[in-house]
Amino acid sequence: MEIIVCIKPVLDPDMPPAKFSVDSKTNRVIPPEGMPLVINPYDALAVEAALKIKEAKGGKITAVTLAGSFATEILRKAVAMGADEAININDPAFEDSDTFSTAFILAEVVKKIGKYDLVLCGRQAADWDNGVVGSVIAEYLNIPSVIRAKGIVVTNGKLRVERVVANGFEIYEMGLPAVVTLSSEMGQARIPTGWGIINAVKKKIPVWTCSDLGLDPVRVGKTAARNSLVKLYTFSPSRSCEMITGKDDKEAAGKLAEKIMDIKP
Amino acid sequence: MTELVIWAEQRDHRLLDVALEVLQKAQDLSRVLQGRVSAILIGENCVQLAEELVEYGATRVFVVENSKLRLYQSEAYARIIAQILKDIAPEIVLIGGTTIGMDLAPAVAARLRTGLTAHCVDLFIEKIGGRDQLVQVVPGWGGNMMIQIICPEHRPQMVTIRPGVMEKGKREIGKKGEVVFLKPELSEEDFQVNTIEYVREQRGENSLDDAEIIVSGGFGLYSAGGFRLVEELAVALGGEFAGTRPAFDEGWIPESRMIGQSGKAVKPRLFISIGASGAVHYTTGFQKSRVIVAIDKNPKAPIFNIADLGIVGDVKKIVPVIIEELKKDRPL
Repeated sequence: MEIIVCIKPVLDPDMPPAKFSVDSKTNRVIPPEGMPLVINPYDALAVEAALKIKEAKGGKITAVTLAGSFATEILRKAVAMGADEAININDPAFEDSDTFSTAFILAEVVKKIGKYDLVLCGRQAADWDNGVVGSVIAEYLNIPSVIRAKGIVVTNGKLRVERVVANGFEIYEMGLPAVVTLSSEMGQARIPTGWGIINAVKKKIPVWTCSDLGLDPVRVGKTAARNSLVKLYTFSPSRSCEMITGKDDKEAAGKLAEKIMDIKP
Repeated sequence: MTELVIWAEQRDHRLLDVALEVLQKAQDLSRVLQGRVSAILIGENCVQLAEELVEYGATRVFVVENSKLRLYQSEAYARIIAQILKDIAPEIVLIGGTTIGMDLAPAVAARLRTGLTAHCVDLFIEKIGGRDQLVQVVPGWGGNMMIQIICPEHRPQMVTIRPGVMEKGKREIGKKGEVVFLKPELSEEDFQVNTIEYVREQRGENSLDDAEIIVSGGFGLYSAGGFRLVEELAVALGGEFAGTRPAFDEGWIPESRMIGQSGKAVKPRLFISIGASGAVHYTTGFQKSRVIVAIDKNPKAPIFNIADLGIVGDVKKIVPVIIEELKKDRPL
């Protein structure tokens, strides 16, 4: 099985968002200095899913990312987890690509890699939660896709995918190659071993540019974007909270119970 | 006439709530644009749902009935919907952002070569550069940032809407509208991703959607035993129980009862949060509730910034008193 995993570096989603600021002129989020990037947690699940399939069936895992030169460090984390190869897709022409041009570029990367059975992504990135890129990669490659999988099994060259939907789950079957995005129901991504980390440090990670992919710069980046950002702003939903107090917890609780009885629908 | 189209998701011959939420939003936008709203309905024997959509305000419903389309089939659904949209050439397409909606919408947008914004929490029309644009509001970074997006040139303007954040409209029984039956040819290609089974899990798992009262607990309950207080309070109030991501991770609640960004969005009339500090990933899931009550030991917990009523103290002492008082109020 030849598996390609697309990963995105994100700021640690557990960081308190109060630390962000917004540059209203450029409409960009400014992270606090020295803030480390992590593999988008859902993408780490995609790496995990790839590793599980490789353990069962053998094969090769290639991790790719499209974010900037800094993203090589994120690819090393995927290699430390067990990915065999990694490629950093980076070119100034790719800046400000929207969902569709990002998917277009990644689909071209998949084509250039050439041999593949599966393309795996996380269900969405932890920054803007869009969750569109995986499906659109499949559209550009004209292959089937299923999003938000909780499990993938490959048997006899067919792919069986289970996913959680409202009130239950669904089972899908399809041929290969295919695109699958992974959801949190899958479980947990593994922690790299010491050996994995050593291996990752030594790994040569090539950079592929726009011309390496033979792409017309007009079809990528800002010029190709279909949607445009009008405004970015911080948002803090707030209500004025009436604090209930009493001489002890019991008295306060009694007062709150009364209030609840009043407002109870 | 400006055309607006929604996809009405049904499951087991029932319209999902989000389909009606999306339909109402489309009508609000349509009034501004002086347009009309059509719905697309795909499934097996779903004509009565078409009538329901009309009664909820759709001017026109396109119905595609086929026993092979009883379950969601990604390729067939995407192809059929893309074809209908090519024919109608609408300005705006709204789709409920369920798992299936999120599977479908990118494929349709890619085929129509237009943009797509996912999980919108608000939509409005604004004249920008002389043209009516659909301004698409999306939360990010766990709900602490908002962006407004437009699709300036490509049409249709396509979005998915986060379930549970918009209001359903009122049903007008007996209202008449146009129901158009379409019979697209299906081929083997349409089933290259074959949905072979939909396994319905035990009843009651979906009860959060319609609950008027929800009691939700977090890590501050310390144990599954402690979490039982949440369930007891929910029972005493005649409501449903739910929890945070950590509560799910600890195995205290099933995933279907997890509130927040990666779980459910709810807006009951009364939401009581117990032993949860109020991380934004959690609060985005219920911040639209009518009244929010927070109980936590930490007076500085951010949960109190979004609550209407708060109490600081030991949840293990406070909650049993409330349960007792409520039982007194309603003799069994």
